[in-house]
Amino acid sequence: MTDKPLSGFVTVPIGPQHPALKEPENFTLTLAGERIMHTGMRLGYNHRGIEKACEQRTFIQALYLIERICGICSHSHSTAFVNAVEEIAGLELPRRASYIRTLIAELERVHSHLLWLGVAGHEIGFDTLLMYTWRDREVVMDLLAKLTGNRVNYGINTPGGVRRDVSDEQKQEILKGTDVLEERTKYYIEIATTEPTIIGRLSQVGKLSHDDAVRLGAVGPTGRASAVDRDVRRDDPYLAYSDLQFKVITDDHCDVYGRAVVRVLELMECYSLIRQLVRNMPDGPIAVKAPRKVAPGEALSRYEAPRGEDVHYVRTNGSDKPDRVKVRAPTLANVQVVAHMLKDGYLADLPIVIAAIDPCFSCTDRMTAALVGHGPAGEGVMTWPQLRRHGIEFYRRQGIDFADLNKRLRSGGHH
Amino acid sequence: MPPLLHDLIYMLLFPGLLFLMFFAFAAEYIDRKLHARLQNRMGPPWFQPLADFIKLAAKQDLMPVRADYWMFRLTPIVALAATLTAFLYIPVWGRHGLMSFNGDLIVVLYLLTIPTFTFFLGGWYSRSVFSMIGAARALMQLFAYEIPLYLAVLAPALLAGSWSLADITAFYARNPLYAAFNVVGLGVALVALLGKLERVPFDIPEAETEIVAGAFTEYSGRLLAIFRLAISIEMVVGATLLAAVFLPFGLAGSDSFSSGAIGFGLYLVKVIGLVCVMTLMRSLLARLRLDQMINFCWKVAAPVAFLQVLLNLSVKFFLPA
Amino acid sequence: MRQVLSSVFRKPATVPYPFVKAPMPANFRGKLQFDSAKCIGCKLCERDCPTGAIRIEKVADKTFEAHFDFASCIYCAQCVDSCPKKAIQATGEFELAATSRQSLQQVFHAQPKAPAATPQAAAPQAAPKDPSKP
Repeated sequence: MTDKPLSGFVTVPIGPQHPALKEPENFTLTLAGERIMHTGMRLGYNHRGIEKACEQRTFIQALYLIERICGICSHSHSTAFVNAVEEIAGLELPRRASYIRTLIAELERVHSHLLWLGVAGHEIGFDTLLMYTWRDREVVMDLLAKLTGNRVNYGINTPGGVRRDVSDEQKQEILKGTDVLEERTKYYIEIATTEPTIIGRLSQVGKLSHDDAVRLGAVGPTGRASAVDRDVRRDDPYLAYSDLQFKVITDDHCDVYGRAVVRVLELMECYSLIRQLVRNMPDGPIAVKAPRKVAPGEALSRYEAPRGEDVHYVRTNGSDKPDRVKVRAPTLANVQVVAHMLKDGYLADLPIVIAAIDPCFSCTDRMTAALVGHGPAGEGVMTWPQLRRHGIEFYRRQGIDFADLNKRLRSGGHH
Repeated sequence: MPPLLHDLIYMLLFPGLLFLMFFAFAAEYIDRKLHARLQNRMGPPWFQPLADFIKLAAKQDLMPVRADYWMFRLTPIVALAATLTAFLYIPVWGRHGLMSFNGDLIVVLYLLTIPTFTFFLGGWYSRSVFSMIGAARALMQLFAYEIPLYLAVLAPALLAGSWSLADITAFYARNPLYAAFNVVGLGVALVALLGKLERVPFDIPEAETEIVAGAFTEYSGRLLAIFRLAISIEMVVGATLLAAVFLPFGLAGSDSFSSGAIGFGLYLVKVIGLVCVMTLMRSLLARLRLDQMINFCWKVAAPVAFLQVLLNLSVKFFLPA
Repeated sequence: MRQVLSSVFRKPATVPYPFVKAPMPANFRGKLQFDSAKCIGCKLCERDCPTGAIRIEKVADKTFEAHFDFASCIYCAQCVDSCPKKAIQATGEFELAATSRQSLQQVFHAQPKAPAATPQAAAPQAAPKDPSKP
């Protein structure tokens, strides 16, 4: 029935504004009836120039900017960045600070995965799941707020350590909250494995075979659900992970259902990690004094964010500002498999397939420095000043003058 | 009271248009409030559906440039008119609707199909991609749920030996135990009604995360308000039909005011009960995919409804009233 | 299903926000407060602020006032950490919506210091000029 085309092929634009997408991105679908024949993808709606902006800020200032790459995995980005800076500066992170960073990282993973579960529920029209998971997510959000002073963008990192200590009272609260969440997660595992409409909507949807996952470079839960046994926490331990016992969850369903299973089981691992961290937290200072200027050098830092491997590259030149910062967010690695997973799927599966990689488009959107074909001579690679001039002139042609805009913003408002 | 005045009051005030509007708002409120409470939320205040309606009605109507002017504007009104007309045939006060003849059951079912067609036409003539996909889905879904719905609703009529809602009600008033045979049919009809009302798990034609708002994507302002009112009223009328056919208890045979009022009170309880069941389904289930929905309707709902018909035929044969 | 049904009788998890406010944790990073008496004018906060939302100005000998732009502030509270004298503190205030950028500019005027400071210089500054300041 569903194979019957409406009238040949229909092209449907999903995004940049669409209820299924929480951030602007464009997927252009070619449909035959309900079946997806081809997917085109366009990234870049969210490019904010963060990497370049970091070069004009001191390490402390850049840290807060890096943290705002992503609203959900903000700690991932800031930790990956600060780890790289500390490596170049040769700073020895105190063990207690390393434990606190890891603790926040795991709490963040809990909040991210619970968020994902709710979004997945919403995408398949199961809003009750959304309401329940997000209600329970408040437990971990409150914990994070108590520990760091904010619900998102925790701002716990600082070069050389962390900014806030964890008191014994807070430790008890964490353990209590973890027990509540573990209880709830068991319930979600039960729902996910028994509720027929959920299984019907998730299994055999968005297939990604093991070989394709490896070939296209899927990372994080997306890869692990296709039995790609990779996790930076185990393969290249950073922070306190080498002291901790945990399993890397993999699954061989190779579909959206597998990705959901990996995430809920990872939640259970998170709770065990949080308990280990709280119980074995060593005493000692939480920060060492960090120099403002960092000696010339470079470092590549890998971090297992909730969505997959996050890579930061930092190069320094001896000043108090980084010379170059490069961020490879996990979604950039995963977004390429989406087109593959959508092929021959149904339109109805599009939201959940996109959601299943837990996309974070604003993390992903980086501009490459090479703009082929737009150079002053017609083609070639632009230098930075050329690119800047090109940008200013491009917008001026559109009637937007940044110099004027800046002046008006500074003078305060719209009058 | 002169008959014409009586009819006018029945149509416009009670239990026609005005009452139905407010009852529909009340049902929508109960649906939303219960849904929210089931999800551990607060839910809206009691006047929210009315406030939404007034707000929408006060907004500007926007129409896509390429949309067909008359089709785009007429379809919401036709949808509303059809649901209101259907209500006139269903007994709520006493055992007779305003109009009653042998075969009115079929007419009610027919009239209840019209809104779906208006969704299709309204969406199709909006000439936008999302509307057209939603429209096509609404029509495809129609083919899936209509057969089980008809079979399920016709089964009790078969047992009663009449196509008239009044006669069916009278029959079950005489032989109340026979209504117990129709329980399976009630279940099937309820599921099919969910499809008709495009509610979770069958809200495929207006699946928000896939095709924005389906056929209603381009609608705004007054026209959307009318469409939404029509859907709310369709929910009440559909529940009324099921109540009349499957739960025909308590409707008074006499013309006295008190027995009529008791029957009417029971009718309200029955409809609200059915609305609550639908809300519960909405809270407990995820949206199906179109192919899964069609599979379910054809491979599960329709055969079950058919069994119900067979059961009622054999009951009629072996245990005549 | 039992879970869902039982929640009908449970207290809602949400609160009617503008009427009931969720409590903020003790170390919440909200609106900043400046104590001019403690400020020594080292301008470390100004230097570390990621968005340039702070301006410290000298109004008299050893007396400083702070200009905060809460429209640019990202509430990271780095200035609180940077300040060697704890002159800046974060409060729990988080309802900072405003209709214009101007009303989010706030000046924390220098209070007239004890005998040491010259009263004439500080006194005219003490009167609140900013309408948003209570």
